[in-house]
This record gives sequence, structure tokens and C-alpha cells, in this order.
Amino acid sequence: MKKIKDVAELEGLRQSLHAAHDPQQPVARVCLGPGCLALGAEKVSQAFKSALKKSKANFKVQPLIKTTGCQGLCSQGTLVNLSPADLLYVRVKPEDVPEIVETSLVKGQVLERLLYSENGTKYKSAAEIPFYRAQQKVILKNVGVIDPLDINDAIRCGAYQSLAKALMDLSPAEVIKTVELSGLRGRGGGGFPTAYKWRRAVENARQNPGPVYLIANGEEGDPGAFMDRAIMEGDPHAVIEGMLIGGYALGAHQGFLYVRHEYPIAIHHLSVAVQQARALGLLGKNILGSGFAFDLQLNRGAGAYVCGEETAIIASLEGRVGEPVMRPPYPVEQGLWGRPTVINNVETWANVPHIIRMGAEGYANLGVPPSTGTKIFSLVGKVKNSGLVEVPMGISLGTLVEEIGGGVPGQKGFKAVQTGGPSGGIVPYEFKDVTAEAAEKKTLSVDFDSMAKTGSTMGGGGMIVMDEHDCVVDLARYFLRFLEEESCGKCLPCRLGLKGMLEFLNQFAKGQGTPQDLDALESLGQAVADGSLCGLGKRAPNPVLTSIRYFRDEYLAHIVDHKCPAGVCKDLISFRIDPKICDGCGLCAKHCPEACISGKKKKLFTINEAACIRCGVCRDVCPLDAVRVV
Amino acid sequence: MDGKKISKADIDAIMERYPRHPQYLISLLQDVQAAFNYISPDNLNLVCDYVGVPVTQAWSIATFYKSFSLEPKGEHEIKVCLGTTCHLKGGENLVEACERHLQVERGQTTGDRRFTLETVKCVGACSEAPVIMIDKEYLGQATLLGVKQHLKKL
Repeated sequence: MKKIKDVAELEGLRQSLHAAHDPQQPVARVCLGPGCLALGAEKVSQAFKSALKKSKANFKVQPLIKTTGCQGLCSQGTLVNLSPADLLYVRVKPEDVPEIVETSLVKGQVLERLLYSENGTKYKSAAEIPFYRAQQKVILKNVGVIDPLDINDAIRCGAYQSLAKALMDLSPAEVIKTVELSGLRGRGGGGFPTAYKWRRAVENARQNPGPVYLIANGEEGDPGAFMDRAIMEGDPHAVIEGMLIGGYALGAHQGFLYVRHEYPIAIHHLSVAVQQARALGLLGKNILGSGFAFDLQLNRGAGAYVCGEETAIIASLEGRVGEPVMRPPYPVEQGLWGRPTVINNVETWANVPHIIRMGAEGYANLGVPPSTGTKIFSLVGKVKNSGLVEVPMGISLGTLVEEIGGGVPGQKGFKAVQTGGPSGGIVPYEFKDVTAEAAEKKTLSVDFDSMAKTGSTMGGGGMIVMDEHDCVVDLARYFLRFLEEESCGKCLPCRLGLKGMLEFLNQFAKGQGTPQDLDALESLGQAVADGSLCGLGKRAPNPVLTSIRYFRDEYLAHIVDHKCPAGVCKDLISFRIDPKICDGCGLCAKHCPEACISGKKKKLFTINEAACIRCGVCRDVCPLDAVRVV
Repeated sequence: MDGKKISKADIDAIMERYPRHPQYLISLLQDVQAAFNYISPDNLNLVCDYVGVPVTQAWSIATFYKSFSLEPKGEHEIKVCLGTTCHLKGGENLVEACERHLQVERGQTTGDRRFTLETVKCVGACSEAPVIMIDKEYLGQATLLGVKQHLKKL
């Protein structure tokens, strides 16, 4: 690859790539996002390549098979999008591929059976599908569209244009001003104004001259969240470009990408993107002839949730154990090797090029001030269309879950959402405690401040939908167990407090304890929140405290009535097959891991309670809902 | 790794990827872990000498971060995801089923060193919950039956 010397050459490259691109060329984009990969998307993309080779058709323009990052609608994977028609085929299996090639790529016809359908409507255009229609893709614009391993594809779609604009038209101070006016707030969950951090780092570097460092926080440890993974895998150049612009604004010349080691594909895509950017001279010295120098180093996390905390990342980058330290001094004062350091979440960095492109005002028009812009959520759990969504801030919870998510599958009711991961909370759908206007509609506005009012946080963007078969006591216990394990053990309130809280919940899950214990748990939780050193401990009690606040009755059902209403806590339930409903299909017996369900086909099946381990598989597979929890 | 002799040259080649500076300690240990599937006491000492940190520091790192193992792992790694969604959709039951099937507890390796059973906190494939990773392959909407079939093929 030849180095790009200046902005004119970058524009020339973009235009020549654009000219070489035939908009009529048939392109099949195979989603290789996390969800589709788990469904075997790689086999689908290989099937495309071999089917195309075998095909005897005479193409006017040879079709292109592209593998992309996450296309969003994970629950319908493997997804294949065909342009120029914008056809979305869902649940594609390798054996469907030859037919897709012959029917759609060769003859240009639609293969009806693979279209997405909802309420009887078959959608011939991806953009019309309700899941996509209600979204607003800004940050994810190129995710699922470009080939993340090809920088030329990214440049053709506009990558590095904002960098060029910043370097040529704006001074570093103007870049910071633009970010400030855009109202950008940290997407990692804190919601802290990004420009404020940047400005502090610049001031500190002025008083104490020397290097400034940038870090992209890609230690996306919250379970149930994969927004950053999707960005890093699907559009790694957005992160690099954001950091380049940040580097220019802050006078920094070195940045670090700190990525969770459980994300090997993200690490691979980022390292390829960094190499390609370096080869084109977009990283290195004298970038685009501006004299500005910046380079990136990729660091893999080593498996510690606490390393999502900024002082712990710094410790880890310096080669130490990831234990947080007291702030202040904040990283913008004394960070990596004692120098001012700006740490932003991956999604925050990926917002920066769009702010420069759209201008502060254009960006601030999205969302509801002071929560501007869009936010990416991973909408998962008991929801029909689970996947990756991007919506403007301030969208209602109802729109997000029912319109985009398609509601809760089956007859079960929508009970609550869990947001913000282990440091977030569990908020009921029938929400009462927010603003009057929202309370009237019984729905919650999804933005930083409204979410915080509920006692939860918006967090990084994990949104887990719970239905009536999910127990809040069990979920609160799950998060506590998670955090108790992940606590670094440095400070006492977190190390011992979480253990103590967990003991209470273990008791409740067995139907033990007293209502007074519930109060004791609340006050212990408050003490842990007040006394812990870092964000992990400070927010660890959130899931417990919010769930007690909104679901006290469910706790009391465990403690007083020794019952788990959701039918989850194993010590409090037993399974029985309702003889009135069972039609003897035998699915339960087939799936029972203990082989303790017996019966004859078309006759009643029964569970041997003594051998039953209450794993709940029978209840999940029963098509008639005949398995009862008693 | 079983059946593969570890030579001094291999570890030297890994160390030469990085400058001699304490900041590369974690990256180096990660490469050693990736190459040998575990960090042997000898290799730990070599790495410490190379980057110039006391053994205690490397030891604390190798025991603090979860991606490091001080004992050899099995030929195949089975990682059952216990992220929130997987938890709600029965991930815990799946781990227990795997424990019964392989007759080991989570974190342990089977007697024949074929399989190591582990749990992982979210692999980010939540819409396919519950998810199991076997080596580098993802299995979505996993069931014990599916896992058994997959293990047979290995």
C-alpha cells in the first residue's frame, strides 16, 4: 500500500474507490457478528463462495460476497443482506445458499421463504422491518455494511474524512469546543461530559509539559452487553479515527486500545485495521501532511472485570495487577506513568468522527439534552427480536422493547428490564417513579438522567428483558456472586460487604431469613456503596437495592411464604405435569437430562420428583405449557 | 501443550517480540499462555528476568487475571457462558449438566487431559443464549445433547 501524503490524496483515493464501485453489482453481505457466528455463519459465507464458483451462470457483473460485522437482528441469524435490492434473508443455513445464488443473485428474484416475516407480513426490504425502522443508525452506519478487514471499503464509505476535516479546518481548541457543544457524554455508563475530561487533560499538560496518553476502554465486562464488541469487530476504523481526532485535539501522540481477551475477533480486526491504517500513513508521523504524529498500541485485557475501571486499566497497562487506586488524582491529572491520560469508552471514541462530520449542532439535535446523540443497546433476554440496536437518547422503554424488540415471546408478561450490568439495576416495566409525563404513559425515557432517577444506570448499554419466569431474587444473587468473585479485594467494604450481602440472598433463595433481614441487607448495601473505593464496589449493591425497592413483595414471598413466584429458586419449587393439558407428546421426557420423566406417547407423562433436579428443561420445551411449578 | 516439546528457543522467540520493559509483562505472559496453554514456573522466571520485575509481581499477575493458568489445561477447552442472558436462559443448569457428563467440576480438567471445563462471564453472543464455546467455536442455544454430539466429533 502506498502512503497517503495529504488530504487531496485521501479524497482522490475515496473518489477512485467510489468510481470503481458499481452500485448495480450484486453483493451478498453475510453477517459474522457475535450472534450469527454462534449459529454457524462462517459455514454460510464459505457456502456462498463455493456456490458461486460452481455456478455456471453468466454474470454481467460478478457478484461480491462480503463478510461484515453485526447487522443487528441477531435472533434471526444467520443474516444475509443482498444489495442493491436491500433484501434481508434470515435464518440462512449453508444448505439454502445454492438456491439463493441461483434465484436471487443470478435471476434477481426474491426467495420468499427466507424473508423476515412479522404478523403475517413478509418484508422485502430490510429498512422496512419494524426492528430497523424505529432505529437511527449513526455510529453503526457502517457496521454490518463494510468489510472490517478492508480499509479501502471503509474509506469508500467515508472513514477518515472527519480526521481530514479536523486536521485541515479546525484547531485543536476548536475540536474540543465542537465536542463540548455536541454534549457528548461518556458511553461507558458514567455519562461524564467528554469534553470536560479532554480540557482538564490539556490544562494539566500545559502546566506540566510532557506526553499525554489516550486509552480506548474496550474491556466490556458487563455480562449481557456487546455494543463495543460490535463496533470493534464491525467498524474498527471508527475507533481509530476517533482516537486520532482526540489525539490531535489533546496534543497526544500515543494511544492504547485496551480490549477484553474474551473478544479474540475484535482484537484481530483492530490489529488488522491498525496495520492497514499505518501502511496508508493514517497512523504514524506527519499524518495527511499535517505534521501531526499519532500511533496506537493494542493491549489485550487479561481477564479481570475490574479492569473496566479507569485506574485499574492504567495499572494493567503498566504491567501491574489491576487494582483501582483512589481518585483524585484523576487520570487526566496523573494517569499512565504519571502523565495526563484520557480514557474513553470505545463507543465514545467512535462518536467523535460523527460529531466532526455532523457539526456540534447537528449532533446535539439528536436525543434529548443533556443526553444528546444516539446510544447503542444490546437488547437481549426474553424479547422476540434480540440483537444490537441504535436509538436516539430519550426513546421510551416501551418503544425499545415492544416496537423494536417485538415484545416478549409467548404468553408471558413483560416484567422488568435490567440495565447497566452488575452495577445497574432492575426496573419494573410498569414504572411509576419518573417524571410526571413519563409516569402517565407508564413508560420510562431511556437517557442518562431518567435512568439514574430509577436507581439504575443506563450503563454501557446492556438491556436485558425479563419476563414472569425470571426471579429478581435470583438475578440479584447472580450479580452479587459475579461481583463478589470479581472484587479485587483491595478495600474492605467491597471485599467483605459483598460476601455478607450474598449470604443474605443465599438464605432468601432457600426460603430462609426474616423480613428484618431485608432491612439489614438494605443498610449493608448502603454501607458498601458509601464505603467502597472504586465504582465496582460503589455500584455493586445497585441490583439488590433496586430490586428490593421495586419487588419487595417477591422477596417477601421467598422469606415469608417460602415460595418463588417465578419458579426459579430451586429449593422452593417442584415440577408437575398438568394431566388436563398434557397430550403426551413426550418432548419433556426426550429432553429431561435425568431421564426422570416417564410415560407413553399420547398418554400422560409424569415426573419422578425424587430424581428431579429442577433444571426446568421440561417446562421450557413443553409446547402446551403443561409443566407447572408448585 | 501435550505431545509438543517446549524448547528454550520457543520461549526466547516469544520474548524477543517485546522490548525489555515491565509494561510488557502482561502481554508476554499472555503470549506464553497462548503458546503453551499454561505458564510453567520456569517460563515465569525467564519472563521476569527478561522484563526486569521480581517473581512476586509476575506471580501476583498470573494469579489475579483469569486468563492465566499455572497448570496445563486439557486439549480442548469448554467454556460455558454465564453472562446475564445465559444465566436467565439456563446457563447454570448447562454447566451442571456438563459437570455431570464430564465428571469434573468447573475449572477442572478431565483425567485423560482431553477437556477442561470452564465458565466465562459473557462472550457477547447473548441473543443465542445459552452459549458454549468449545475451543474457538461458538455453540448457540446450546443443550447438553448438542454439546455431547460436538465433543464426540473432536
